[in-house]
Amino acid sequence: MRNAHDLLFKALADPTRRALFERLCREGEQTVGALTSRSGVSQPAVSKHLMALKQAGLVRDRHRGRKTHYSAKLDALAPLIDWASRMAGFWQSRFDDLEDLLKRMDQ
Amino acid sequence: MTNAAAETRSVVVEREMPYSLEKIWRALTQPHLIEEWLMKSDFEPVVDHRFSFRADWGAVECQVLAVEPNKTLTYTWAAYGLESVVTWTLTPTSTGTHLRMEQSGFRPDQQQAYQGAKVGWQRFLAKLEQILARGD
Repeated sequence: MRNAHDLLFKALADPTRRALFERLCREGEQTVGALTSRSGVSQPAVSKHLMALKQAGLVRDRHRGRKTHYSAKLDALAPLIDWASRMAGFWQSRFDDLEDLLKRMDQ
Repeated sequence: MTNAAAETRSVVVEREMPYSLEKIWRALTQPHLIEEWLMKSDFEPVVDHRFSFRADWGAVECQVLAVEPNKTLTYTWAAYGLESVVTWTLTPTSTGTHLRMEQSGFRPDQQQAYQGAKVGWQRFLAKLEQILARGD
């Protein structure tokens, strides 16, 4: 798990990679060519970045004819933005405070 | 393929409390009492009423969706990119009340929620980048 997080953090810490990932999130599936056209870097560089994102589990690729299409895997972020476990702790302590209040309301 | 239903997350906290429905309802719906255990708010038990919870760390924007006195209370909960719905359910028991809170969140494929999540995510990443840069 630790290593998986490291990979995720490293993949997204690079601004160019992050921009590519964000574009896939926003605009949906795209070819390497389409991603290159507005990225400001060369196609081999884009391919390399996409490979890093793929290794981190952030994107998936799909080969169609001679073209490779990439799309974002948003669920890959789930372990990092696991709000459910954070909120569970929040509500448990709120329940504690609520019980304290109810006890005081008795008096 | 991902299963959309499986991507909806929720948090459930429930507790048996030796207090009446009416009393717990008051604590859930009267701002001066809400403040004591949750946060400051301008809540009103009126459907469609928009309100917020405020704390030192920021605010939660909400809107009332359903009110059934002493039974159930539902409001939206939006904070830090988390768009969710909080539902309180009160059920009478022989010794008091069973209180249940369920907070249901968004699915990653819901665009509106994603836009919200992105803001928090970008801020987080910007910080991460600074930290990583220092580590070099």
